Order: sequence, then structure tokens, then C-alpha cells
Amino acid sequence: MTEIIVVTSGKGGVGKTTSSASLACGLAKAGKKTVVIDFDVGLRNLDLIMGCERRVVYDFVNVVHGEASLKQALIKDKRFDNLFVLAASQTRDKDALTKEGVGKVLEDLAAEGFDFILCDSPAGIEKGAFLAMYYADRAVVVVNPEVSSVRDSDRILGLLSSKTKKAEDGGRIIEHLLLTRYNPARVEKQEMLSIADVEEILGLKVVGVIPEAPEVLQSSNLGNPVILNEESDAGQAYTDAVARILGEDRPMRFTSVEKKSFFSKIFGG
Amino acid sequence: MGLLRNLIDQLEKLDSKPTSASTAKNRLQILVSQSRRDANAPDYMPRLRSELLEVIKKYVQVNEEAVKVNFEKDKDGIQEVLDIQIALPDKN
Repeated sequence: MTEIIVVTSGKGGVGKTTSSASLACGLAKAGKKTVVIDFDVGLRNLDLIMGCERRVVYDFVNVVHGEASLKQALIKDKRFDNLFVLAASQTRDKDALTKEGVGKVLEDLAAEGFDFILCDSPAGIEKGAFLAMYYADRAVVVVNPEVSSVRDSDRILGLLSSKTKKAEDGGRIIEHLLLTRYNPARVEKQEMLSIADVEEILGLKVVGVIPEAPEVLQSSNLGNPVILNEESDAGQAYTDAVARILGEDRPMRFTSVEKKSFFSKIFGG
Repeated sequence: MGLLRNLIDQLEKLDSKPTSASTAKNRLQILVSQSRRDANAPDYMPRLRSELLEVIKKYVQVNEEAVKVNFEKDKDGIQEVLDIQIALPDKN
């Protein structure tokens, strides 16, 4: 059974692509055959975060238009044999994707035996974002503890429950909140929304909390998703999130100031 | 002793200004509950509201904000309710 997961947020710059890349690597590392697709036509970036930007020959739009086969366009990850990237087109406009075209590609990927198809949504609520979520079985809504991001997440949750194939067929997408750029010290000073605040406002539990950490930017610089940095809090937090998506029950880590110093005492971090 | 401590905490809370995080939370809760209500409301709501306003204006001098129409569901989400509030002007 192939599961389609959309990584979305509404607001830009909250960490959708960073999260897509890390979740994809995490799922692959857990032994799942995974493909991650960049739906941001015209503003391709997933390839950079995944570190495969120089190996993009054909892209998602080429496949949708029959200009390349899926095999030609899938970029095999250098770190994991069971991980593939489908890049967005850099030149086409956003109308290059169609509902039917996207549906066909997802079907073909399912036939290839993928366990997970991750759809990295563009920001906004236009066609690209709509297409990224339309066929999803699950959604990971990336949210920052910040007013505009939380409001946009609420909007996206509304769309997920009405404008998706699952919703049209009378079903419901499984929704997860992924809280990123979390700063426990600022939460303690009550100058940042807490996990409980965000959960209460949006009426949804978080599947992971990624602390704000310098390693996230460093990983992007290197094209090596932060989940692969096993020393970093952010990387470990993503690993936990992947485990929870796969059904495991894990306590939240790196979410309070005390806890962090406790861990660093033990591990010398 | 614990009771006293509690009381002092409560008093301190009353005294202190709300933190920026709690202000953010309150603002968002209002917005989100509003947007969720609007999302479930039928499409005819704006038209219904303006027509109601027209009718009421025939009888009473009210301003544009006097009529509030909310679409709500009861706790079980079964019974749908149109909650119409009409604020009449002060008698002077």
C-alpha cells in the first residue's frame, strides 16, 4: 500500500522543504521505499536541500507532459538506495501541472512499489498547493509558533478537510502538526506560543517539535538534510517525528529548557 | 500554606500585564473560531444578513452593524442553528 503524504503550511518560510527533505530521509532510513516530489513549479528548491541539484535532468512537469519517463526523472539519492527525488521544473509556469496529470504520476509511482510519496507543497493556497494536497492520505502541516503561521495553518486545515479527494469521497485525511523553529527558552519567558497553545488553538496534537537550531541552516548549506545529523537536537527531533508518523509512541524531547540541559549533562551536548 | 501561596500567585497574575504569548493566543483563538464558523456557514449568509437588515430598517432606525447572523451547530454537531441578533438603538 502506497501512502501519499503532503507537507504543507500555507505560509512560506516555515520549513516545508526542510521538513520534507528530513522526513523523506527518515522514512527511507526506516526502510521505507520513498519518493519526495517538489510541487513548487518555477521555484525549485527541494533538490538543493536534498543535495542533488546538479543531477536534475528531467523534472516532474516533463513526466506529467510525457516528455520523459518516470525512470528518467527520478533522481536516486546517494545516501539511501530506497530514496528518490522528483524535482520541480524551474522554467514552466504554475499551470504546467494538471489534476489528471499529477494523479497519473502518483498512480505510476504506486505501481513502482513506493511505500511513501511525499508531496512538498508550495506556499500559498493556489493551484500548486491544491494539487500537492489533492491526492493525499495524510498531511503534515508545518507550523511555527507565530501568529501568521498559526492562522495560515488553520486555513490549510480547512482546505484539507474540504478540497481533497479524500474529503470529496466522504473520508478524512489524517492530519499532523509539525511545530518547527521552536524555542523553549522564549516559550519559558512567555514571549512565544507554547506547544500546548498551538495545539489548543488548532485543535490538533503535534506529531513533532523541531527546536530552532543552527544545524538546520548548516544542513541546508551542505545539501544534507538535518535528520542525518544525529548529533543535533533538530535531527533527533525529526527522527522522533518520523517514528511517530510510522505509528510509534515517543515522548517529546528538546521542548523545555531544563530537559535540554539534562540531556546535555548526560551526553555532553 | 499552599492555599496562601496559591492566593498570592493569583493576585500576582491579576497585577501583571498579559505576556505577548498569551495575547497572541487570545487573538488567534478569536480568529480561528471565527474562520471555522464561517467555513461551515452556508453561502447564503451574507445575502440573508443584508436582506434582514433591509427589512428591519423599514421599522427601526438601525445601523449596518446592528444585525448579526451566526450559523452554529450544537455540541453534537447535528442540530444547525441560525443565531440572529438585532441590536436596537438606545431609547433617548
